[in-house]
Amino acid sequence: MKYYDKLIFEVSRPGRTGFSLPRNPWHSHTAQLPEHLKRNTPTLLPEVSEPDVVRHYTNLSNMNFGVDTGFYPLGSCTMKYNPKINEEMAALQTFKSLHPLQPDKTTQGALELYYELNRTLSQITGMAECTLNPFAGAHGELTGLMIIRQYHLKRGDTERTKIIVPDSAHGTNPASAAVCGLQVVEVNSSTDGTIDIESLKSVLDHTVAGIMMTNPNTLGLFETHILEIAQLVHDCGGLLYYDGANMNPLLGKCRPGDMGFDVLHLNLHKTFSTPHGGGGPGSGAVGVAAHLTDYLPNPRVVKLADGTFATENNPEAAGQVSSFLGNYGVLMRAYTYILTLGKENIRMAGPLATLNANYIKESLKQHYKLPILGVCKHEFVFDGLLDNPNNLTTLDVAKRLLDYGYHAPTIYFPLLFHQSIMIEPTETESKETIDEFINIMKVIAEEARTSPETLQHAPHHTPVRRLDETTAAKTPILTFEELTNVTQ
Amino acid sequence: MSFAFFPHTDEDIRLMLERIGANSLDDLYADLPNQVIYTQEYDLPSAHSEEEIRARFAQLESKNTPLTVFAGCGAYDHYAPSVIPYLLQRSEFITAYTPYQAEIAQGTLRYIFEFQSMIASITGMDCANASMYDGATAAAEAVMMALACTRKKTRVLVAETIPDAVRKVIETYAKYKGIQIGFVSHVEGNTDIAHLQQELSSGDVAALLVPCLNKYGIIEDLTGFAEVLHEKKALLMNYADPSALAVIKTPGEWGADITCGDAQTLGMPLNFGGPYVGFLACRKEWVRKLPGRIVGATHDVDGKRAFVLTLQAREQHIRREKANSNICSNQSLMALYVTIYMALMGPEGLKQVNDMCYGAAHELYDRLLQTGRFTPVFHKPFLKEFVLQTDLNIATLQDELLKVGIFGALKTEEGYVSFCATERRTPEEIDKLIQVIQKM
Repeated sequence: MKYYDKLIFEVSRPGRTGFSLPRNPWHSHTAQLPEHLKRNTPTLLPEVSEPDVVRHYTNLSNMNFGVDTGFYPLGSCTMKYNPKINEEMAALQTFKSLHPLQPDKTTQGALELYYELNRTLSQITGMAECTLNPFAGAHGELTGLMIIRQYHLKRGDTERTKIIVPDSAHGTNPASAAVCGLQVVEVNSSTDGTIDIESLKSVLDHTVAGIMMTNPNTLGLFETHILEIAQLVHDCGGLLYYDGANMNPLLGKCRPGDMGFDVLHLNLHKTFSTPHGGGGPGSGAVGVAAHLTDYLPNPRVVKLADGTFATENNPEAAGQVSSFLGNYGVLMRAYTYILTLGKENIRMAGPLATLNANYIKESLKQHYKLPILGVCKHEFVFDGLLDNPNNLTTLDVAKRLLDYGYHAPTIYFPLLFHQSIMIEPTETESKETIDEFINIMKVIAEEARTSPETLQHAPHHTPVRRLDETTAAKTPILTFEELTNVTQ
Repeated sequence: MSFAFFPHTDEDIRLMLERIGANSLDDLYADLPNQVIYTQEYDLPSAHSEEEIRARFAQLESKNTPLTVFAGCGAYDHYAPSVIPYLLQRSEFITAYTPYQAEIAQGTLRYIFEFQSMIASITGMDCANASMYDGATAAAEAVMMALACTRKKTRVLVAETIPDAVRKVIETYAKYKGIQIGFVSHVEGNTDIAHLQQELSSGDVAALLVPCLNKYGIIEDLTGFAEVLHEKKALLMNYADPSALAVIKTPGEWGADITCGDAQTLGMPLNFGGPYVGFLACRKEWVRKLPGRIVGATHDVDGKRAFVLTLQAREQHIRREKANSNICSNQSLMALYVTIYMALMGPEGLKQVNDMCYGAAHELYDRLLQTGRFTPVFHKPFLKEFVLQTDLNIATLQDELLKVGIFGALKTEEGYVSFCATERRTPEEIDKLIQVIQKM
């Protein structure tokens, strides 16, 4: 990685262009628009040549770390390898050139892929049917909660406005619930890290719309009382929502539908190998049990009696959460991945992810504080350094990892501990990669005792070092124009 | 077992289990209740080799019919520069996560800063976030944001001329969040300021969301809107096509407070509807109510210029149920797409694109009227999309066009027929379309 300081605006020179348009064959042009409807202020877009653009963005990429660069043990993010065949398929021109409103008879291949992916995801999760329209995990959560609310409303059960969320939940759970107009009721974790059943029982009543659960939870622990929880929530008339961010270790082992979940979302950019893209586009497919299929959002893709496919809108639906059929290009990648895995290899994906996580946990528990013992699934949480005479923080450890060529784990989450280090290795990392990581984590633990300042001032070898985040938030500079004004 | 994405040898597995103190991989799942273990065979396809995957996709491709697109309605067939997909495939961009570790994510953070700068400039707003999923969800977020900005207000007005899909998504979000939505009608295809004033008299209105380029393709004249709204302490929000804003009056110039929209028009392929990229921009005074990721400039401990995710106190991972929104990502790679597009095109390229859209669309409009089968609905300025009335059966018309490989003549909810022509459409293609109609 190499520091490069320019912004594209600073490469700009008046008169340069980087586009290639054909000769304009038309007589009329925008100068004929009425004056009061025309833009009168200049755009501050850069003027750059094509080689300038290519070099600039290539230089920017050199300051980035991706899964292809190195190990990315980011907890709850499932940074597995992104297969290249996925990219080849997603780039196929006849798919890319399809207009989303073309008649169904001209998009049969695209609709078939959507339908097949829907079917395979339903099969993998044990649900009746999915929508692939939601754009991201949080968007899937919101869509799933809308379905739950629609179910209660359609039954005339209007008092169900509360949603139960465990204290270990991803931050998006309560936020999605609030956007969906639900009131969040938090339940505590017991000392073993799973949901406290008594705490749950105390909040169950006729106002509960449902419970949002992550299983395995954000401590990487399987909620072993899941069947009892499902019974309790269903008995009180609520539904169970499954946050699929942690679905990966269950691939090949068990299915949320069989645990009693009514609604779930999957992060296709986690479990199904589509690239994270620096923060998107992802896909938050939502699956539902048979009694909820009417409420899946519009538009939908259905298979007709004659074997052809069609898009349709159902008046019972919870509504519409996207203009068209979601991030379709992401769906093409996930479908490719499922074909590559096939029913044979999917069996191994979850167990190998779990093997890698437990191996790291067992190898480092003499060096980092392990608050909850026992077998984890795909991820686990340390609560900071075990032997820490110099009071170093999790942030120090994370930043030092960057120096050694690793992405940091997820830190300060879950909120159950003060110094959380959440590690998720995924199944696509080799024993050698993991052994090297373990070794470096031990080196860092040793440095923490012998040369604390090395950690406190880390990272040392990255393109930039620790940033002044306080000033950034206090006086936000959010555009190049503002930056120029400040500098002058 | 041997599979390309799993590096484990049998020996690796044995050694690792030994360290863990387990006898088998199944042991790692011993805590699961027996009833939930899935022992059946998955009803899935068998593992496909790369060649088999290519063959499967070739089969699917043969069932798709790429067409010459004379339709818009939320997805526009613009020229996509060759450079962009190459740069997007750089694995340092595409295989990275959200830029939480700023020291090793300056590439992502910088292009997002460039994206924010360009979107702010093109819309005439002070600032923008790191992007939204798509235009429709950006609009729904704008509606929620308006209520957060104006406190005690309870109702948001939406112009009837907003694209249908955007309206449906707003209505869905509003239904569950408990937001009252009111609609403002139009006169001759332009949102009616008199109706707006009537609606404002109740005093409960937080904002009006109105498109700059509406669902009929008309460039709306919003003279006086900002004044009328601001007088009632309500906000003006625009739904905008950022490509068109290179030539038409901007939300900033109309006096808007918040602008949202879809940036697919900035050279993104049609992609069967996605991924596209939404955006949300606003005046600086509302920045702390702006949802989503925001990147700011700062410096590191050595004084080097650097960029970082900022104003995170607004977000879900800190505020949980009190957050402005549940969004915890953006459409990052697509934001990079349109950033590179805007860099390549520059002000001159965007102007040329709009001139060619205008030229092609007006040629098509005139030629359609000349066939005698169409009559104007509205007499208002348009850019690249327009609606007409026709005595032809619209379904038949669409089918006849399909026979020559043309997709156009979409039927609107009002029963009009909608056409669109971008800079990609040629005189020969327009001739072909007109010939089909002349034979009907």
